This record gives sequence, structure tokens and C-alpha cells, in this order.
Amino acid sequence: MKGNMSSHDLGAADAIVKKYDNPRETLIAVLQDLQEEYGYLPREVLERVSESTGIALSHLTGVASFYAQFRLNPPGKYKIMVCLGTACHVNGGERVADTVARHLGIAEGETTQDGLFSFETVACLGCCSLSPVMMINGQVYGKLNADKVKKILDDIRGSENA
Amino acid sequence: MRFLLGYGSCGIAAGAEGVYSAVEKLFEGSSHVLEKVGCNGLCFAEPLMQFISDSGESVYYGRLNAESAKSVVGALLKGETPEQNRLTAEEMSFLTGQTRIALRNCGLINPESLASYEAAGGYTALRNALKGTPAQVIEQVNISGLRGRGGAGFPTWRKWQAAADAPGDEKYIVCNADEGDPGAFMDRSVLEGDPHSVLEGMMLAGYAIGACEGLLYVRAEYPLAVRRLHIAIEQLREAGLIGKNILGSGFSFDFKMMKGAGAFVCGEETALLASLGGNRGMPVTKPPFPAQKGYRQKPTNINNVETFANVPWIIGNGGEKFAALGTPDSKGTKVFALAGRVKRGGLVEVPMGLTLRDIVFKICGGIIDDKPIKGVQIGGPSGGCLPKRLLDTPIDYKSIGATGAIMGSGGLVVMDTSTCMVDMARFFMDFTSKESCGKCVPCRIGTTRMKEILDKIVSGEGEPEDIERLRTLGEGIKSGALCGLGNSAPNPVLTTLRCFPEEYEAHINEKRCPALKCRALVKYRIASEKCRGCTLCAKNCPSGAISGEVKKSHIIDSGKCIACGECFSRCKFGAIEIFSGEVESK
Repeated sequence: MKGNMSSHDLGAADAIVKKYDNPRETLIAVLQDLQEEYGYLPREVLERVSESTGIALSHLTGVASFYAQFRLNPPGKYKIMVCLGTACHVNGGERVADTVARHLGIAEGETTQDGLFSFETVACLGCCSLSPVMMINGQVYGKLNADKVKKILDDIRGSENA
Repeated sequence: MRFLLGYGSCGIAAGAEGVYSAVEKLFEGSSHVLEKVGCNGLCFAEPLMQFISDSGESVYYGRLNAESAKSVVGALLKGETPEQNRLTAEEMSFLTGQTRIALRNCGLINPESLASYEAAGGYTALRNALKGTPAQVIEQVNISGLRGRGGAGFPTWRKWQAAADAPGDEKYIVCNADEGDPGAFMDRSVLEGDPHSVLEGMMLAGYAIGACEGLLYVRAEYPLAVRRLHIAIEQLREAGLIGKNILGSGFSFDFKMMKGAGAFVCGEETALLASLGGNRGMPVTKPPFPAQKGYRQKPTNINNVETFANVPWIIGNGGEKFAALGTPDSKGTKVFALAGRVKRGGLVEVPMGLTLRDIVFKICGGIIDDKPIKGVQIGGPSGGCLPKRLLDTPIDYKSIGATGAIMGSGGLVVMDTSTCMVDMARFFMDFTSKESCGKCVPCRIGTTRMKEILDKIVSGEGEPEDIERLRTLGEGIKSGALCGLGNSAPNPVLTTLRCFPEEYEAHINEKRCPALKCRALVKYRIASEKCRGCTLCAKNCPSGAISGEVKKSHIIDSGKCIACGECFSRCKFGAIEIFSGEVESK
């Protein structure tokens, strides 16, 4: 993805870092804010933060790659998180994941070509009584089956094209 | 009259927002309001409304939608008690069978109002405790017998005493709200439904050990919990209940919140501390314990959400009252999150010592479609699968521990005969191998090797020696891993090997999955006498494996079939049959 030379507004990163007295100690929160701003953690942003804080780039990427929440690649506009926790597993979460993958033609961790959807699986969304569930941009959809999943995805795509 | 609508993230997911906006107008010009409350744990009936009459009687209406909510609320406002959508007496036994302490306010108060919490007796325990000594607080917690509800079950008072005894003026309280066990959601419900009880518990702990600050480490996947905690902390600030010299007692305390970033291992206390310090969440060997060297290398006491939520009740009612509940070894109550193949899933808080059977059948109504129960997974990925014959095990730390499982944080996933235990074991090993922080070899390599062996078995390539390999690896990881999570990671495999050996043997020796779950070992076919040729299966088959003419029996090309089960779930005539090995199933 380096080829498209997308350049980011690094001023926003500077402003985020300045909010913290001790960015080294509160690094997780700093990275969360950066991801909120950019949608993911672009390499050039991490490089800038390393320069401005003196935190080694290896430490920044080490921490960023350790936690599931941090993304090093741009996500889709709609972030689909299919739950594969225990209850969802027992109640057919894998079928939900399969349906998403097949319907959108992408594998877990990928983004659709139009940049609309990205798809990942998560360990548990804590809505076990509604299993199987998925979350799209913070909204939880429960008691899913293949048809419901397809309809939800089609509705989103429809609303985008409208 | 009060109208309480469950507005936890589970209720919202089930459609509470739609219900709220549908009936909001009915309250215009009325002296009554529809209150948004946290989840009361009756998750199976969401969206759910509790109606409390002037005489204090409660009636519950469940599975509401915009339409039914309008007619129910309309009738209630007219003074009628409609039967539509009303939970039956049998369904209500879910609630009446419980004893609620940690969940005492969940679903009953407005979680975004300090006044609502105070009206329910909130912060009285703190006010009274501040008039006494820190030692008295620890003493009551000691009398109560409270043990850590996060999983390990260490006596809470001892942790507090150790932190209180540690030298230094700068000490910290940490609330572990990184509820990572898949299948557990009690901490989320408490944080969303009654955030002040957790904050008050932390303040009492802070007073007991002489801490200056409380840090909340909350799972990032719980945005509503984070928001409600923020609101609660700001309310305390405005009310002067946090900050310097609280209520003139000389005790100063403040809160800080941090969102976790999605790492299961951060539920381990030393890993959590590493994460709080801005590092990769990797555990370190103990000692030193956090009580000596924790956050910022200062004495730190870490407890779980549910543990803290119990504390104000204990201090308010006295330790003895809590100790009167439960068993001699495991006092008080425990919250369990029921999920899986159970009729009434949700949150169940009961005195320790009840049996698994009581919880699954008496409180939760048994298994969906009254299928036979196969077992219960207790304690998440660190726990174990207990078979049907152990259902009469009393739920206390000792008895559960004797089965090879652990109490854990309280996740209970109920499994019926459609659940394959080898697949469950593989699921948990997949989880722990991905979540292993990678620091120690037994956990990093061991869990991966165990997962690979299980992959082999569920895909029909298992060898008889694999059972012994799994056992050896499991025991090795148990004794050799660095932290508690690594030590307990093999539990799901070891318990299923012990309790369900026949399922492993069927997979390995007969290449058969008795639960018809493992895709590589099952085949689908169409019973020609039942097929009406409706073509629904053929239209929906993702791999184009089904062919046939309209109104004539269809057939599945087993070479193309990917065993996804799509046809099985669609067929209205029960014509799709799944079979594995020589055994056929209806």
C-alpha cells in the first residue's frame, strides 16, 4: 500500500501527543487516540510520534502489534466484527463469519476493494445471550443467521449507494 | 408507578432503542416517565420492561417490539395489567431463584444518576467507613470471607492487608475490568448497570490500604461501560465525593480510567500493570507481588469488578451477613453468565454451594428444545468442560477445583448433544494459542502444538498416540508456564480428555464426530422420500453442490459439498440428513 503515497496530516498527531503529560506511560491511550483520528496507525504517524516523544519506533510498533485493537492497515468504512466467543461458537458464529466472508468476497482481516467493509473476528462482545452476534461500527446485531447477515450487509451497501 | 426499560448494550442490541422511541410519546403529559436502566440479567427476554406499581409489585414484559410495547404501556398507563408479552411465572423463577448482592441495583436504578444510586443506599457505606479506621474496613472484609471474583479466588482481605502493610505513602487501587473470558459478561452488566457500586468499592479499598488513586482498566469492547463510568466519576467530582480530604475525613482519592486494547492476557494482574505502564501486556514472575511493587513500582491492590461491587454491601450490612450465605469455604454469592444452549440465558447471582443442575434447570429452565444436556463449560478458556454426571457438583471453589476446572470469572456455557467436545477443546486452544503473549516457551509453543494436534483430530487425521501427546503437553504447560493464564490454558483439553474420552476416540479411531459438528467428518445427503423439490437448498448452496429438477428429489454432490449446513438450516421438510462415519442422524 506504500505506493499510493497517502500523506497524513501529522499536525493532528502532534496535537494528540501534546495532550499527555507522560506519553510513554499512557502509550496505549495515545495510540487509541491516534487510531481514532486516522482510522489506523500509519507508519509515518508512528515515525512522527517517535521523533516528537523520543519513544523508540520499535517500542511503538511493538506495543501496537501486541494488542488486537490496533490496526496497521486502513480499515473499511464499516468495520465488521464477528464474534467467535464461546456462546457464539456453540450457536453458530462460524456460519456467520463464513456468510460475511462469502457475501463480501473477502477473508478475515481484509477490506473490500471499494473500501466499504472490513472484516475481522473477535473473541467476545459480551452479548452472549443474543448469540451469534456481530458488531458493525459499534452497533450490535444479535440472533443472526445467514439471511439476516446478508440483509444487514445489503442494507448498508444500499444506503451507501442511495 | 415506575417503568424501567433495560438499556444495557445487550438490551440495545435486542432493540431497546426502537421500543423507547415507540412509547416515549405515550408518556407525554403523564406524570410518569420511562426510565432507562442497566441490564437486569434477564437477557433471554430482551428488550425487557419492568413495571412497578404504586403498591410496589413488579410485572415484567419481555421480547417487546415497537408495536407490542405501545399496547402494553398504553394499557398499563390506563391502570390495566395486560397479559400480552408478560413473563410467565415459570420464566420469573429465573429471578426469584436468585440472591442479588453484586447485582443488587442492576436494572433497578438509573446508572447515569448519582442521586438514583444514593437513593438505593449508595455511598452510605463509604460515609460510615470514613468515620472509622481503615483496619475496621479490612476486618469486615475478612469476616465476610469474600474471595476474588475474577478467577483465582484469593481472599480479598489478605490482598488488602498486604497492600496496607507495605511501606510507602503512594499506593494504588486498580480495578480489573478487562473481562476477556469469552462467554462472560457479568462485569459488563455491573459497569453498565451500576457503575457507582464499583467506584464505591474501590474507594473503600483505597481507604483500607491508604491509596491515593483508583485506576480502572476497562475493556475497549465495552464502550457503554466506559461512558457510564466517565459520567459517574464526573458526578462524584461535582458532589465533592472525590478529590482532596473527602467529607473532611483527611482521605484523598481520585480516579483515572484506561481502555484496554484487546489482549486476553491483560486479565493477569502483572500483565495488566505492564499495560497500564504503556507496555506490551506481558506477565512477570511473582514475587514481588503487586501489593509490594505494582503500578509505578508502588504498592497496588488489584481486584475484579464483581469483587468491588460486593464491597459496599459488605461494609454497609456487615461482613457476617455476607458470610452467612454460601458455604464455609466459599462465602457469599457469585454471579454467573449463562449462555449457550440454555433456554433462559442471562445473569444469575446465587449463593455459593448451589449445584450446576440447580442453575441450569431450576433457574434457567433447562436446554433449548428440551434436548439432552451434554455438559457445562465453566470458567472460560482457563476452566473446563464438566459432563452431565458432574452436574450435581456444588458450585464452590473447592468442589469445582476438584473436577480439574476452575470457578473462573463465572462464565457458564451450556452444551447439548449438538456440541462436539473435541471441537470445543480445539476452540479454546485456538483462543489461548492466539492470545498467548509469547513470553514463555511452554505457553507459546505448547498451546500451538496442542492446537495443531486438535486440528488434526477434528479433520479426521488423528492418531491414537495423539491423546497421550495432548496429555503430556497439557501437564507440561500446566507446571511450566509463567503465569496463571498459561498454567490454566490446557484445562479445557485435559478436562474433556478425562470426561469425554469416547468423543476423542470416535474422532481418531472411527473418523466420526458423534455431535455431527466437525465439518471434515460429516456428510450431507437428501432423503429422497422427504424432498419435495422446492429448490430452496439448491438456490442457497454456496458451492453449487445441489442439483435436481423442480418438484423432483434433489441430490448433493459430496465432492462439491463444503458441509456448511446452509441446506440443513433451510429445508422445511427435514429432508437434509447429516451423518458421520457409519451412524446416520435425523
